[in-house]
Amino acid sequence: MTAEAVAAALRESGGVRVVSGGTKLGWGRPIELPELSVAELDTLVEHNEGDLTAIVQPGVPLAAARDTFARAGQMLALDPPDDGATIGGVVATGDSGPLRHRYGAPRDLVLGMQVALPDGSLARAGSKVIKNVAGYDLAKLMTGAFGTLGVMTEVSLRLHPAPREWLTVVWRSDDPRALAARASELTHRPLEADRLDLRWEGGSGALLVQLCGPSAAERAGAVDGEVVEDDEGLWAAQRAAQRGPVVLRVSTTQERLGDVLAAARDHGAVCVARAAHGLAWLRFESGDAELIGALRARLGACVLLDAPAELRRAVDPWGPLTAEPLMRRVKARFDPHDVLNPGLMFPRPLPQ
Amino acid sequence: MDGGRNLIEQLRRICGDEHVVTEHHALRTYESDGLLQYAAVPRVAVLPGTGDEVAAVVRACHDAGVPWVARGSGSGLSGGALPIEDGVLVVLSRLRRILEVDLANQRVVCEPGVTNVAISAAVGPSHFYPPDPSSQIVCSIGGNVAENSGGAHCFKYGFTTNYVCGLEVVLPDGSVMTLGGKELDLPGYDLCGVFVGSEGTLGVATKIIVRVVPTPESVRTLVAFFDSPGHAGHAVSAIVSAGMVPGAIEMMDNLSIGASEQMARAGWPLDAGAALLVELDGPESECVARFDEVRALCEGAGAHEVRVARDEAERQIFWKMRKAAFPAMGRVSPHYYVQDSVIPRTALADVLDRIADLSREYGLQVGNVFHAGDGNLHPLVCYDGNTEGEAERAEELAGQIVVACVEAGGSITGEHGVGVDKKRYMPKMFTEADLDAFQKLRCAFDPDGLANPGKVMPTPRLCGEVPGPYREHPLEKAGLAERF
Repeated sequence: MTAEAVAAALRESGGVRVVSGGTKLGWGRPIELPELSVAELDTLVEHNEGDLTAIVQPGVPLAAARDTFARAGQMLALDPPDDGATIGGVVATGDSGPLRHRYGAPRDLVLGMQVALPDGSLARAGSKVIKNVAGYDLAKLMTGAFGTLGVMTEVSLRLHPAPREWLTVVWRSDDPRALAARASELTHRPLEADRLDLRWEGGSGALLVQLCGPSAAERAGAVDGEVVEDDEGLWAAQRAAQRGPVVLRVSTTQERLGDVLAAARDHGAVCVARAAHGLAWLRFESGDAELIGALRARLGACVLLDAPAELRRAVDPWGPLTAEPLMRRVKARFDPHDVLNPGLMFPRPLPQ
Repeated sequence: MDGGRNLIEQLRRICGDEHVVTEHHALRTYESDGLLQYAAVPRVAVLPGTGDEVAAVVRACHDAGVPWVARGSGSGLSGGALPIEDGVLVVLSRLRRILEVDLANQRVVCEPGVTNVAISAAVGPSHFYPPDPSSQIVCSIGGNVAENSGGAHCFKYGFTTNYVCGLEVVLPDGSVMTLGGKELDLPGYDLCGVFVGSEGTLGVATKIIVRVVPTPESVRTLVAFFDSPGHAGHAVSAIVSAGMVPGAIEMMDNLSIGASEQMARAGWPLDAGAALLVELDGPESECVARFDEVRALCEGAGAHEVRVARDEAERQIFWKMRKAAFPAMGRVSPHYYVQDSVIPRTALADVLDRIADLSREYGLQVGNVFHAGDGNLHPLVCYDGNTEGEAERAEELAGQIVVACVEAGGSITGEHGVGVDKKRYMPKMFTEADLDAFQKLRCAFDPDGLANPGKVMPTPRLCGEVPGPYREHPLEKAGLAERF
């Protein structure tokens, strides 16, 4: 398997389901088509330690990349749930975890990309240096596009120094509003936390603040709460709550996170939230179209991620797309014959 | 401009007579942006006062088939806002309202003509807007969006694209679209992300939503002097390898130090081969813990002197030295040509050697100022435009530097943009297939090629119709699968 082979396969294709690690195939509208897998493109092409950058093929498992970078005291600051997830899949879906707080999303860490396009070409955008404004930022367009515009064959990434000291301060409350208010107070302080999350589960909640660096212990004194030094389990639990039988990702503002936690309480859901970014994940044991509709009416933009196929047929997993006409125009230019994950993002055939 | 008179009358109806400029001498105000090597007088300049007026202006241009260029403060350094003769220049300087300061959600909503520094002023002192191009007092946020502007602090904080989360844009057909919003991760394509840095070729932003962040508790700044930029480069590597991400790491070479000293008079040693300005910001205790480490690493890399800014006034003098480097070069040389290439930071020593070789070969001095953390070089090629052929040789030398940077694995531009100035270098970095992919995006936004044509892409390209029809999948053909 080579990048050229992917491009050639696309040129001949009548429609494919693009797959890498296959851990998020249950996201988006259900589609059934022959798979085009990039899992075999699993070479870590470059790790430029001195430049804190790397170039990887999409099939590289996130865990394998993490181990490689860790040996140099570095990290790829992406920590979504990763039960076998690959870098290609994480970037294609724009998935992120608690490190989002400080380091941003895949869109903020991807420096460039090579993609195979349906016309059979291989195109590069961006670069492998951390600062570059030459040409259009097509890597951002492809990031989070769920493989509907092109198939990544190589991604270049920015790395960060891995912290050597860390701890987490935990503050608990059974009042959703109090938790959100306390989180807001902290997000407005210059703490330089690496992670700053909210959690709600089973009638009570917590605010988790991870501080890193040589002064972490000293800074923890300024954040009220219990100091947990062995915090790995806490953060693993935050990541885990982003997956489940039915998971909704809520895009809102900081001020409205209290509403999201209250909704979790009212519906018996587990909620984790990136407090500074107004992003939350609601995890349900089961759900139906009525539940999704009620939550969208109450909370605004909610994307249905994990869910049984019948639910993703019954409700639009994306909800309203702003600028949908323009998105369709972009899709039509990159994939005029609609061969890349057709139907996954847009419900009807594209106008011809 | 066919039917030009009719279009000008329409523009007057939309914006009012006083906001439509057609006199040649008045139009000359707009003939160049910050890059004075290029000049063109547009047929008409129009200064809309609202987003609706911008949309109406763009629609009128579309209906008349007339190309247009958007201009913010005109401080860009790649000719991105260079007007088109026979075209319309849409000047956004009247759109300078901050529409909403939503501090609770750490968002500011503003019009494109608002200056970069005004955003930080609106949310200070508790918060600030991190991207800080050197021109931040005058440059507009709309221009920052077009160019994806950086600044001295982007090694730690990132670029414009990392802070813009929503846009209202007028597309070249005059339609208005909202891309993104105050919220992150909205479903669908990241059109906001791809619009940022598109250099005015996809449309014009009429409303911009940015993230602001808490102001760091503490800032500590030092300058270390070395025998050569190579030695200073080792210090940068040592600092980064130690796991630190300073707010800024800036380097100046001997020529730049000498020039800046004439303006800023900081009393820096004129015989130093390089000065390295390192700024740590963040929680007080973290800065304290790290600062001595930085100092030791500089000394370990051969710094013969380290000066620590004792107070804010001295810190400002340090920064004045750095920011004076461009204008001060005018005292050393009658003319100079600024480059903006990027290299992987570890290639610094090799690329500097190459630049020194080229400087000798062409007989022209080259000053070097870098954002050292992110490998963004600003070589200043000095020349005398009054000496015949020297300007051309300077440009050729600058081009050789760009090639050397691309060959080292870097980029032709780190923050100034491609504009007209660097489009000829695009093929050094991108293949025809890459450029074709760029054009696909362009055509989705601007199929008629009316928004800032002639910029970014090295050669003109047309869009054509979207091909169809669908390819039928074999399973579909066999009646075994339905597409939806």
